[in-house]
Amino acid sequence: MQGLVNRAVERFVRDTYGRTTWLEIMRGLDLGFSEFEAMLNYDPDITPRLLMAVAAALDRPETDILEDIGTYLVSHPNAAAVRRLLRFGGDTFEEVLHSLEDLPGRAALAVPDLYLPPMDVSEQAGGLFCLRIGTRDRPGQGYGHLAVGLFRALADDYGALVMLDHKGAEAGTEHVQIEFLSADHAEGRRFSLGAAG
Amino acid sequence: MSACGGVGLPDQAALDVLCPMHARMDRQGRIVHAGPMLAKLDKGCGLAGRRFLEVFEVRRPRIHDRVEALIGRGPARLRLRLRQPPGTGLKGVLVPVPCGAVVNLSFGIALQEAVRDFALTAGDFASTDLAIEMLYLIEAKSAAMEASRKLNLRLQGARIAAEEKAFTDTLTGLGNRRALEPVLTRLIDTESDFALLNLDLDFFKAVNDTLGHAAGDHVLRLAARIMQDETRESDRVLRLGGDEFVVILQGPGVGARVDDIATRLIARLRAPMIWEGRTCSVSASIGVSLSRDYLVQEAGAMIAAMMEDADRALYAAKALGRGRHVINDPAGGVGPMAG
Repeated sequence: MQGLVNRAVERFVRDTYGRTTWLEIMRGLDLGFSEFEAMLNYDPDITPRLLMAVAAALDRPETDILEDIGTYLVSHPNAAAVRRLLRFGGDTFEEVLHSLEDLPGRAALAVPDLYLPPMDVSEQAGGLFCLRIGTRDRPGQGYGHLAVGLFRALADDYGALVMLDHKGAEAGTEHVQIEFLSADHAEGRRFSLGAAG
Repeated sequence: MSACGGVGLPDQAALDVLCPMHARMDRQGRIVHAGPMLAKLDKGCGLAGRRFLEVFEVRRPRIHDRVEALIGRGPARLRLRLRQPPGTGLKGVLVPVPCGAVVNLSFGIALQEAVRDFALTAGDFASTDLAIEMLYLIEAKSAAMEASRKLNLRLQGARIAAEEKAFTDTLTGLGNRRALEPVLTRLIDTESDFALLNLDLDFFKAVNDTLGHAAGDHVLRLAARIMQDETRESDRVLRLGGDEFVVILQGPGVGARVDDIATRLIARLRAPMIWEGRTCSVSASIGVSLSRDYLVQEAGAMIAAMMEDADRALYAAKALGRGRHVINDPAGGVGPMAG
């Protein structure tokens, strides 16, 4: 379900930089259409080309773009469904971190053919978490950078204070370090289980 | 109570964690204790001390408000309803214990509404409860379904537009040759009475040759409008290509309308048309076949026969000097009619 990923990139660009910027990017890619359908499959090669084109158009590194997309998915009203689904991960940010390994499974429950790289999390001493995304056979594909933005925004959402750092990748595995400083640093955003019903 | 403490049930605090939606009642059916989640269902005076049947209506099994009928038996599956608004449906299981009974409840299929009505959070549910996963699944599937529904609507819209485009002549907005067969097939299959008018513009080629294609297009658009003006909503006008048109008249008494309409069409098409200050003169010849002259048969064969006969009538009209219509004579040969 590559459409969902491409569509997320599209919503991010359109909601943040406007439709004109988006249409220019799509013209440059010359795919023969200007919008992605979330529920259709596309050639997997399109996504890296798309990200490269977005980075070029905005004159920023691709890793920054991925991070911003992660933030967008949690904090923008147009992506409210994503935020809600992530909040089902737990009552506190720490619980969400511990439930990360379930995330690809949860995503697959909703949309069976969405590819998410495997991820696992380990807690080290002193509130330090290490997040590993991807394996040699199922590489991270930049999801680590997306995770940095996403969890930074999600920590905000819970009112927790964390420091996130992408530590690079080796053999398909991206390493993200999460330093957990405070669980109730600020008032988080309200979340009620039944809100969308 | 202390006498009942050692019967093997976990103590109260443990039960509150394991089954936050449970209630204990005494032999008289009075609630002795309600688990923390169950307590949330009562927004008023609290559940302890009240009669279980005063708070919940037991719908299955039928006990006619006699709590002894429940407590006296073995373990029982229950279907219940909260008596106070919003009347939430519940399912449960009751287990008799020496000093009364323990009932454990769950929302079942009403989960989503209940979570909203009672402002429940993940922490309210037992950590083994699959309720949160179920809520997650409902929401995730609804989001995916909604995206699919929108996609379907867009695809359907695109399909209808493409179909319309495929069956429409872009110059005149009339149906095109592809529309002919479906229209006739429908009429034949419903055994409707109709007339097929094959209409050619006379002298059209001259307009095209002397005044150019723009003038020709103008004449075709005007001719199309005239044909639509002179026919009814239920009739159909198609442009098959070039200066070839088909008018399909339908409805009762169509045979009687044909002469009148054909005559008026030719009269109006013969009137001079002005294009950029210059006069374009055309006329029209029409060949007609009437469905009533054919035995009911398979649509494809009947269409072929009617088109062929209308064509032959059209050539007869042209041979007679153009600017007139001829109705196919089923007895063989074609009868010339006044133009």
